[in-house]
Formats: sequence, structure tokens, C-alpha cells
Amino acid sequence: MSVVDVFETMEYGPAPESTGEASAWLQRHAAGFGHFIGGEPRAAGATMFETRNPASGEVLARLTQGDAAAVDAALAAARGAQPAWAALSGHARARHLYALARAVQKNARLLAVVETLDNGKPIRESRDIDVPLVARHFYHHAGWAQLLATEFPGYEPLGVAGQIIPWNFPLLMLAWKVAPALATGNTVVLKPAEYTSLSALLFAELCMQAGLPAGVLNIVTGDGRTGALLAGHAEVDKVAFTGSTEVGRRIREASAGSGKKLTLELGGKSPFVVFDDADLDSAVEGLVDAIWFNQGQVCCAGSRLLVQESVAERLHEKIAARMATLRVGDPLDKAIDIGAIVDPVQLESIRTLVARGVEEGATLVQDAGQCPATGCFYPPTLLRGVEPASTVAQEEIFGPVLVSMTFRTPQEAVALANNTRYGLAASVWTENVNLALDVAPQIKAGVVWVNCTNQFDAAAGFGGYRESGFGREGGREGLYEYLRPAFVRKLKPIPDAAPVHPPRPAAPAHEAGIDRTPKLYIGGRQVRPDSGYSLDVVSPEGVLLGQVGAGNRKDVRDAVEAAAGAGAWSRASGHARAQVLYYVGENLDARAREFAQRLRAMLGVTARKAAREVQASIERLFFYAAWADKYDGAAHSVPIRGMALAMHEPNGVMGLVCPDDAPLLGLISLLAPALAMGNRAVVVPAVRAPLAATDFYQVLDTSDVPGGAVNIVTGERDVLARCLAEHYEVDALWYHGSREGGEAVERAAAANLKRTWVNDGLARDWFDGEQGEGREFLRHATQVKNVWVPYGE
Amino acid sequence: MQSQDDHEAGRNRRAGLRSVAAGAPGEMGETAHGARNPGMALDLDWVAECRVNRSAVERRAATLPKRRSVKKEWQSAWLLKAISCIDLTTLAGDDTPGRVRRLCAKARRPVRGEILAALGAESLSLTVGAVCVYHEMLETARRALEGTQIPVAVVSTGFPAGLSPLDLRIQEIVASVRAGAREIDIVISRRHALNGDWQALYEEVRAFREACGEAHLKAILATGELGTLRTVARASLVCMMAGADFIKTSTGKEPVNATLPVSLVMLRAIRAYRERTGHAVGFKAAGGIGRAKDALSYLCLAREELGRAWLEPALFRFGASSLLGDIERQLEHQASGRYSATFRHPLG
Repeated sequence: MSVVDVFETMEYGPAPESTGEASAWLQRHAAGFGHFIGGEPRAAGATMFETRNPASGEVLARLTQGDAAAVDAALAAARGAQPAWAALSGHARARHLYALARAVQKNARLLAVVETLDNGKPIRESRDIDVPLVARHFYHHAGWAQLLATEFPGYEPLGVAGQIIPWNFPLLMLAWKVAPALATGNTVVLKPAEYTSLSALLFAELCMQAGLPAGVLNIVTGDGRTGALLAGHAEVDKVAFTGSTEVGRRIREASAGSGKKLTLELGGKSPFVVFDDADLDSAVEGLVDAIWFNQGQVCCAGSRLLVQESVAERLHEKIAARMATLRVGDPLDKAIDIGAIVDPVQLESIRTLVARGVEEGATLVQDAGQCPATGCFYPPTLLRGVEPASTVAQEEIFGPVLVSMTFRTPQEAVALANNTRYGLAASVWTENVNLALDVAPQIKAGVVWVNCTNQFDAAAGFGGYRESGFGREGGREGLYEYLRPAFVRKLKPIPDAAPVHPPRPAAPAHEAGIDRTPKLYIGGRQVRPDSGYSLDVVSPEGVLLGQVGAGNRKDVRDAVEAAAGAGAWSRASGHARAQVLYYVGENLDARAREFAQRLRAMLGVTARKAAREVQASIERLFFYAAWADKYDGAAHSVPIRGMALAMHEPNGVMGLVCPDDAPLLGLISLLAPALAMGNRAVVVPAVRAPLAATDFYQVLDTSDVPGGAVNIVTGERDVLARCLAEHYEVDALWYHGSREGGEAVERAAAANLKRTWVNDGLARDWFDGEQGEGREFLRHATQVKNVWVPYGE
Repeated sequence: MQSQDDHEAGRNRRAGLRSVAAGAPGEMGETAHGARNPGMALDLDWVAECRVNRSAVERRAATLPKRRSVKKEWQSAWLLKAISCIDLTTLAGDDTPGRVRRLCAKARRPVRGEILAALGAESLSLTVGAVCVYHEMLETARRALEGTQIPVAVVSTGFPAGLSPLDLRIQEIVASVRAGAREIDIVISRRHALNGDWQALYEEVRAFREACGEAHLKAILATGELGTLRTVARASLVCMMAGADFIKTSTGKEPVNATLPVSLVMLRAIRAYRERTGHAVGFKAAGGIGRAKDALSYLCLAREELGRAWLEPALFRFGASSLLGDIERQLEHQASGRYSATFRHPLG
């Protein structure tokens, strides 16, 4: 090409990034990669698989398929190294993490080129986005290691973390997993995705050079089978997974009852909402960053465009024009916007879904001529005229494919945005701050970007609502995922239930008054159980104290429906909720004597002990009334001109399955924090002593608790717990009962990936302030939404 | 030269945009000038609905230079193109005829012949886009550029503040046009933009446009004094509605002159105007662009936002004095493989 010709065409020409260093590194490993275990690379194994450059199809390296022996060895190394790693001072761990951050920076270009070769993402992205964010993540967490003891007193590491990461951001996801785990004193076995293991293996070499103690980070390569071995292994205390919702669900099921802590960062179909007063040109660039970033293979990709009908035509024209200037091709070219799809399997899946969309009536906007003739490429694509009922509006495509729908009003925008099983991220475009800050909290998503998209930072948590998973990565909120209160280790199993005596009739309690019929409490009304059956409530001495309704599936259904309809409680101010909780305390206090008598009769305890439980319950109500307007979020310090607001939002509808010991205090200990944070609750009271709960609804009735905010269903604990766990409308479930009951809850909860918090069969001392109340409860009663608001006129 | 319209039409077909012809050749018919912008009635609704999100604009401006890269022959060609778009400028109180003649000589032969030969670019007959001076230097410049197609641009209307009496500002234009200026760089009354008095701004620029006659009007917004990007966008639209042939960022005398974010906003305004009226208005980035790399970023921005057609002196200019020197050094490096030195290139 002559200079004179280019002067005429003004084309960009090729701008290739050199692969010299990366090729030399691959050449050194031409014999094949083994795992990285105990601080050293192992020899290549017996079963190998190939990893390819998706842009060319060329084989880059051969990797070892991790088998049970490899996973055992890696976990043994991690377990062996963990006590010494946790015993290091925060400062000593900070030094190690700092060294890793520096190692990433010193080898930034090599890491970027290896990533692009293996994954197919444009070098511009691996160089300017992925690798700098990786370094940032280690820097940030070096800081947390330094501050851990002072900022998280009373917490300790979990032990060994098994981490499974996806192929879309191989090194960045490694950093998101490894940095917080190491900072908090855990050791790690990480399995990279089989398509993209190279940057992890290169990182392992950097760890070796940086002097990270042997066994602190171990890497086992392999496919999903290796991942399953790791996630299911008894030696793993914590499973952190990023990947598909389907696999996440399997991991949830498999780890049920194991006591393993779990973080799942799963799929999404994130809305990108454009209002009529948005800067449309900037919104189009936002879409480029949303859906044409990393070939659209981004879990939080803004893949569902919701545009106000009045500007839809203009926006669509602008999008089509912009699509034409996107350059698709060799990912190693510095002037390429869209690189290669990670694997032919993924490419086929994109093609199939797009064809499905067109079949179902969408209009295809696409220029297939934009792609190179060979290699694994897919052009930027817009599907117009998609309706919520279309497959492509519901399913994650995980490719450079945007689907577009219109709305008329902000309310409709929110309804469409939330019309999904997912809840990972959202982007909202408007120049009206009132509108933006009104809509952001209403969208069910862990991250909301206002007038921007796909912004990430180590200081801000990232994670989903609904079937996009649970747990957060990044920020203070992300560290809790790798910590537990130190007292948990010392908890004893709950004692076996005392044998139930056959009831003796003619209980003395009845003699004095009129027969009372405790009912279920649903939607602010006392209702009879659907079953028409009752359960006996018998004192330890075998005296029949009364009968409560035998709640069943349908009662749970009604209770959940009532709770779902009581959204006003979640929207009420903290101050308003505090007043109600204080009032509940006041009214309980007025009837303290009666409640104490009831407890005495049900539990057979001394008057003093019964009175103490009532008093503790009143105090706990005050405790959470106090917290109702004080559990503040945070304004994270992220590197933009603007704010990343970490807002504590209620889970929504919570199931609370209460412990048997301390039937009143246990109930209050779960209900009060849930209510204080704005949740609506369906309560399953202590099975042995439910009358404290059925008496309690009269207190609720007199304390301005709105109907539906609290619902009480008495009955068989594990039957009702299972109904709650399976219910799609229940957002979170706390369970205090047997280990087996907890396991069943966790397994059933996999269906919609609701957040669960189970006692693993362990008994808390509800009278103990450290175990029975505090921020731990508030944290479980809320989820963190990070709202990014860049500003500047 | 080959018509830019061909490129443009091709570009538009690829972009799926409705194809709008850039119009008939300019009245004056020379290479540096395209079709005039006749302007349109002031549309205040359009002005009012302007939306610019600063953070998003800054993000686009910051990432674009890293999304595009030109190397080797492509870089040479793009740098030569940048030179062809330079308004080689001297606007100093101590300008003398000697200084201006030196500048004009450089305008005729901006790059040493052997460098152009090494690059195989002699056939381009490369010159800068224009020479830009004060009125008092116009005659000197005009004479020094005789026999070339290089137009002389004159800054006018009480440059740089634009606060002299309106009738004098108009007379200033008339005098410069009469004396042979083919481009008039006017300054707008910033107060009209700052106070949202779009009617007044429109009428002012309209009056200037009439005074220009056949000379092309370049409207300097002095964006560094407009406060917000939204005001920049609105002022851009109003100036185009009033018939500006170019909109230009700065006088070079404001504390902040051309920036990529401001340029992006103005280019998008040009695009919007083009889409609605069919008229192609030029863009001039002036002040603070001293590096070859920066010039490439501006050209990339124009190419991405407006298309190939804007990469011609008829629609794109750099207002710069030191930029050429840096480009010359880069070109010598491309030609020889050796890094260059300032003293190897003739002063302008």
C-alpha cells in the first residue's frame, strides 16, 4: 500500500501487536503444561487437551486434564499452607499481595498478549481494561490484608477456597477470586476455564517469582469434570464460582448441607434503559461498551435495550450507523473493536439463538461482511422488534447481539427491566437526575450504572440478585464472603429434640378461661389452616397446652403472596420502620407477664428464665429498631468523577424458620433484623413451642405492623421450610433446625438460587449478644446494590 | 483530486445512513473549499433538546485514541493528511511582514522534498490548508502565496474577545474580504451563548455571514469560555443554523483551547446538522495541538464520528503553529528509520 493511496483512502491499515515474548513463553512449554501445585509447576499429566487461538484456530498449548488425584494434591497443598498463611500478620500478607500487583504490572503486556491469544478478545481490551484491573484488584486487596485485623475484628478465614472461573475474563476473574481469598488468610485451589487457562498458568509463574509461599495458590486445569471434583471436595471450605446459571445451580445442589460457604456469580440479561432525555450519542457509545465489549461475552452485558418509544427510531438509526464503524477482526490488531468468539461451540450457540430470534419475528440488523473470512467471528448484531415473550429477550446469548424493546413510561421501563429471572446489572441513561435516582433503586440488579456501563473497580462490590447468583466480589462487602465470625467454630450441634409425651388432656391452663384457637397469621388476618388440621402443643410434662394450625403448602403460598404484596413496608423509611419496631417492643412489654407464663408452660423453665427471655426479646426489638435507620450504605472510592453508592437493599420476601430453643427470642432475633431492613417475612415458628408466635401476632396487630409484612405459618418445620425454599417468589431464607433440614433447604433453594442462611445444625446462644444479634444479621437481611453515578456538566 | 463525495457516498452506504450529497462545488471552486452551508431558520426547539453527558463524552474521547492506531505507511499518509489540513497560523502582536513571509514559504513547502521523495509522496503537491493571520498581515500573506491555491484566512470581528462595536466588527469582515481574504475566522459573543440568548447569537453570526460574501465563515466558539459541553453543543448548532461554513473550537487565546471532548461534541453537532439539513459543515480544532500523535487522534475522531469525507481540508482544519514541526520529525523518522531533530526542518 503506497502512502499516496492511503492519503486517498484514509484507511487505518494493520497495527499488529507483537507476539514475540508470548510465543517464546509458549515455546518453553511446548511439552505441555501441568498443574501448579505446592508452589511449583507439575509435569504434564497423562490426559491432555489442547487450547487454541480462536482467531486462527491454531493450537497454542497442551494442558493437563485435572483428575481426582490432582485435585486431592492441590487441596492437600492448600490445606497444608493455610495455617501459616493465616498466621502471617496482615502486613506480611499485604506485602505478598503488593508483590503480586507489581508482578502483574511488570509483566502487563505479556499477560495481555497471552490473554488475547487464548481468549480472542481485542488486545485493546486485555491491555487497557483487563490487566490494569487485575493489578488494581491486587493493590486494593493488599490494602485489605493490611487492615483486616482492625476492620474485621472477631472474624477469621474460612480455610481453603475452591474457585472456578470462566473463560470470558480469565485473568480478571482470577484476580477477583484470588485477591480477596488471600487477603483474608485463605488459601486457594483455582480451576481456570478449559478454553482459557494460559494466563492463570503464567500468573502462577509470576507468583513463584514474587515469592508467594508454596501452596497458598494452586492451579488445576481441566474441564467441567475437574470443576465438579473441586467444588464437591470435602476439603473445600468455600466455593466461589463464576459461570453459567445452570452450572451454578448444580454447584448449589451439590454443596447443600456441606457447610461450605458459597458465592455464585452467574448469568444475566441486563437491561440497558434509554429515556427520551438521554444523550443519545453517548448512549450509543454506552451500548458499544455494553454489548460489543469482549464480543458480548460478558455476564453483565447490557444485552436488553429498553428504549423510550418516542426516541426508538432515532436511536436505532444511530446504533446501526455505529455498528458499521466497529472493526471486527484480528484481536491482536490494536485498532480492532471486536475480536474472536472464544470457541466454535459458543459461535454456534450464538447463531442458533439469533436464528431463533428471527424466526420469532425479530428484525435482524447485521452486516456479515464485517467479519474476516476465517476464524471464529460474529458481527455486531441488533435484533429489533423483539418482545418480552421472545426467546432472545429472555435467554442469555453471550455474544455481540443486542435485542431491543420499547417502553412508554418510567414505570413500564422498570417493569420490563425487572421482567427477567436474572438480576446482575443494569444501565440507565437519562440527563434527569430525578429520574435516574428514582429508577436505579427500583431495578432488581446488583449493579446499576447511570449514564455509563461495564464499570468495574476493586473498591465496589459486584454480584447479582435473583438467578444471577449471590455474594459480592470487590469492596468491603466482598471480603465477608471469605470470612466467618470466629465463634461459629465453637458452636455445638443443636440437641436432639426431647421425646414428646402423649398429651394428657384437661390442661390446667384451660380451666380459667374460654378456649382459644391460635390461627395462622396471613396478610394481617388470622386465618384457619387450609388443611383443617391442628397440631397439639404439649408441655414437657405432657400437658396439652393448646393446638395450632397445621399449615401446609397452600398456607405458605398465601403467606408468600401476602408478603409479596406488602411492598410498602420495604419502601417505608428507616425511621418509620423503627417506630413500628419500638411500638412492637412497647406492646410486648405491656404483656410481658402473659408471655413469660406461656414460655414457662411450654418450656417448663423457671419464671425467672421465662421473664428473662421476654425481656431479652424486647431489648432485641429495640436493638433493631435502633438499627433501622442506621445501617448505612457507603460511597465507595472508585476512580471516576462521580460516586459508586453501595446501597443496602432488603432481600424482599424472606422465609424465617425459627429455632426451637428460645421460641420467642429466637423468633424476634430473626424477625426484627429482617423487618428493620425492610423485608417482609413468612415466619415458621418454633415447632415445639409455637404459641409464643401465635400470641405474638396479637402484639403485631396492635403495633401498626402493616398486613403482609409479617406472616406466621405454624406447622411441621421441614415441610414448610421446603415449601418456602422451593417458592420462586421467596428471595431469601433463614433456617434454624436440623443439619438435614438445612441441607434440604439449600438443595431446594437451587431452583431460583435464593440466598439461604442455614445453621448447619449448630445452635446459637440467642441470649449472647455476639451470636444472637448484630451486623451479621443485618448483612444477611440485605443485599448490596452498587449504583455508579458519574457526574459533571 | 478525486471527489470526496465518492468516498463519502461509499462510506454512507456502508454505514447504512441515508446518503446526502455534500452539495455542488464551492463558489470559489478551489481545492480547500467545499460547498457552502446556507444555514436555516433558527430552530430553538432543537437547541433546547440538546443533551450532552460530560462523563460519557470524556470516556469516549479518552478511549478512542487507544481504539485506533495507524502505523507505517498508513501513519505517514495520515500525517501528510494532517498537514494538508493545517491552518498555519501566526496571531501575535509582534507579527511583521518578514515573519509572515517566512510562514507562507513554509505553507507552500511544509515538508522537505527528500522526505516526501523517500515516502513516495511527491505527487501529492502537499501544502497546508491555509495561512491564518490578522487583517494587517493579509496583504503580505496574499502576495506571498500568489500562484498557489492556499487561501488566506483572517481572524476578525474583534478577535479574540469579540467585544468591539457590532458595526465595526462587520466592517472588519468587509475590509478583509475586500482585501482578498477567502476565509474569515469570526469570534462569537460568548455572552450570548452563556446567557442562552440564541436569537442574538444567531442574528450576529447571520450578519457576519452576510458580510463574508463569498468568503467562507469559520465561527470560533471559544469553547474554553463556554462553561459546559451542553453550551458548546447548542452554540455549535446555532452557528451552523446561521450559516457558518466551519465551527472552530478556540481562538488559541483562551486558558483551555481545543480538547478531544469538546471536539467530539462539536463533531456530533455537525453530524446532527448534516443528518437534518444535508449540509456538511467543517470543523476546526485550534490551539494546544502540538503533537503529531494528537493530530492523529483528532483525525481518527473525525473519521469515526463523521466519516472519511471530513478528512479533507474542505471540512477539517487544525489551527496550529507548532504542530507542523512535530509532524515533520515523525515523517523523517518514517522516511529514514532514524529519530529526527528540530533543527533539520526549515522554520516556518
